[in-house]
Amino acid sequence: MSNIPKKHVTNKWWAALAVWGSAILFLALLPIPFRSGFMLSMLSEIGIMIIFALSYNMLLGQGGLLSFGHAVYFGLGGFITMHALNFVNDGVLPLPLEALPLVGGLGGLFFGIVFGYVSTRRAGTPFALISLGIGELIASSSLMLPSFFGGEEGISGDRMAEITLTPFGFGQQIEVYYLIAFWVLVSTGLMYLLTQTPLGRMANAVRDNPERTPFVGYNTHIVRTIQFSLAAFFAGIAGGLFAINYEIVTAEVVGAIPSANVLMMTYIGGTGFFFGPILGAILITLMELMLSNITHAWVLYYGLMFIAMILWAPGGLASLIMMHKPLWQGRVIGGVLKAYAIMAAPVVILFLGCMILIEINYHLSLSIKPEDPMHIFGIEFYAQSIWPWLVSIVLSIGGLIFFLKSRKIVSRAWKTAGNQLKQKDSGS
Amino acid sequence: MIEFIVFSLLNGLLYGMLLFMLSSGLTLIFSMMGVLNFAHASFYMLGAYFAYQISTWVGFWPALIIAPLLLFIIGAVVERFGLRTVHKYGHVAELLFTVGLAFLIEEAVILIWGRSAPDYRIPDLLDAPLFTLWATNFSMYRGFMLLVAVCMFAALYLVLTRTRIGLIIQAALTHPEGVSALGHNVPGVFMLVFGGGCAMAGLAGVIGGNYFITDPGMARMLGPIVFVVVVVGGMGSLTGAFVASLLLGAIQTFAIGLEYSLSDLFRLLGMSPGFQGGILKDLFRIQIAHTGPILPYLIMVLMLIFRPKGLMGTRET
Repeated sequence: MSNIPKKHVTNKWWAALAVWGSAILFLALLPIPFRSGFMLSMLSEIGIMIIFALSYNMLLGQGGLLSFGHAVYFGLGGFITMHALNFVNDGVLPLPLEALPLVGGLGGLFFGIVFGYVSTRRAGTPFALISLGIGELIASSSLMLPSFFGGEEGISGDRMAEITLTPFGFGQQIEVYYLIAFWVLVSTGLMYLLTQTPLGRMANAVRDNPERTPFVGYNTHIVRTIQFSLAAFFAGIAGGLFAINYEIVTAEVVGAIPSANVLMMTYIGGTGFFFGPILGAILITLMELMLSNITHAWVLYYGLMFIAMILWAPGGLASLIMMHKPLWQGRVIGGVLKAYAIMAAPVVILFLGCMILIEINYHLSLSIKPEDPMHIFGIEFYAQSIWPWLVSIVLSIGGLIFFLKSRKIVSRAWKTAGNQLKQKDSGS
Repeated sequence: MIEFIVFSLLNGLLYGMLLFMLSSGLTLIFSMMGVLNFAHASFYMLGAYFAYQISTWVGFWPALIIAPLLLFIIGAVVERFGLRTVHKYGHVAELLFTVGLAFLIEEAVILIWGRSAPDYRIPDLLDAPLFTLWATNFSMYRGFMLLVAVCMFAALYLVLTRTRIGLIIQAALTHPEGVSALGHNVPGVFMLVFGGGCAMAGLAGVIGGNYFITDPGMARMLGPIVFVVVVVGGMGSLTGAFVASLLLGAIQTFAIGLEYSLSDLFRLLGMSPGFQGGILKDLFRIQIAHTGPILPYLIMVLMLIFRPKGLMGTRET
């Protein structure tokens, strides 16, 4: 018995090394298949959002702090980086471009300490409201202080700086991609290590039981403040990368919309596991960039997904995946997968029905000439005729009925798998 | 000057009344269920859009009744099938559910009525001046809004103090567990209060939507301000919400009319600020009129930090 934990630890070391090594390799090789300009800017955007979402999860997932103003630190980090970049270009500040996100991070840290100290005395709704208030304050004051926020047009700069540590000139997107990939690795690694430190553990304790934490000698307010400031630091780094990537930062970046966006992204990804927000950031950014070209309705799909997660899968995508881990390890996952395959058909039908319905409505309300024909999957039809309505309603209702039936099949498959797992455990 | 003060007071009163129509429901819901309903202003928006739609079919007066009733049903359904489902996952999930709902309602409104503001007008009957003071008209519709608001408060007051269900609601405001232990159907009361709060927000939308503006951004504009009212007024206190609504209404309308800045103050004292640029110069150039949008949030943040009970709250937020 005594050597089992030891073995476990050595396994963990190798596993960690393998995970990080393959992550580095993966990020380094990713531009080989995706070398077009669009793909590279998409990857860059995803990288920025990964850092931002992970930093948000330091609050929501690890600290139990629901913030409605996290974009403040992202945005302020972006503005500070942009000012620093302009100082560098004016020859005032001798800093290499690669280190500029750190300046944004330090800016985020500074504001994180100030606002974190005043807002984290209590968690829950008071914290949420203060973060909302601070977010609105900064967003509204951004138009009043044009010398820092640049007014309506924001602040722009030229990232092709004189001083760099690498031979990169940052004229090409791929060089920016590698800069972002580097910071993603560093920030992700640091944020992961933070969860293993006493601070990370105490943040969890404060989240789970703020009444008891003082009894073991920790000040909940201080723990929350430190956790909050560090989250703001990483948000600032993400903001700095944003500034370098787009070469412009506008007042919208500190506003309520990006704050809500990072919250939904993180929640959909899953707050209970470290890698959850990464999934969320990838999925939502992909959706945003891919779907927003195709349909006006993508925000609605996004919202529906968020609500569905809250109602039926509060652990997010990550917990949906991790739920299957014991079945996978016990090699009894086959039955469940078969049930999923059966469930897939009604889900697709239901989705198609709802989608057509939504698209018809959007076409009628938002397009310039609703009388024109519309296209879904290359099929041309008129929104005014009754057939598409009929088809979509039949598909939705039929899909829903069979979906409800197939849910029983899935739950039965889960029950069988659970029993098999129990038998195996008792057998071994 | 007197004209400015009188009309600012009247407009502030009007705006404050509208805020109270929203915040009274929100504060009831918040203190009873502990859920800060982020979608509350979305119900206000739905009220305005429903009223617009109904008024194009059957006119404004039926809309005044039908739209709040519809919102009562929608609110009750949301509570029964949405909030009660997520309740078991805790407060954060409930809060997030209302955030997602606000998001969805905004998108659904865009989906159905489009992005541009619909032509929701005040009824012709009330489109006339009620009285004229110093050559400025006070329209009949404003008087009507005040009347509706006052009637609503009277009704709310009577329901809360004179009926059995009102007494249960009052008790549940401060001691929800105790009321439940006495054998009252607290979930049913929750559903009722949630629906009622939504109906009041909807009524505010019906009479406010054509006076201000009806567009998909109206919920996002007003939503955070209503939180400010609830926080400043204090949890569980309708009187507090009333005072805070009027206060915020007055502050915002007065601030808009005052075009003074710090540099004006310095000039008055015979000094001139010696900044050529930078943030300090920006700060000195800000007029009070520009601070209108940020003042409520500043008040809310300071209130939460220094007096979490609010003006008249009975317990902390």
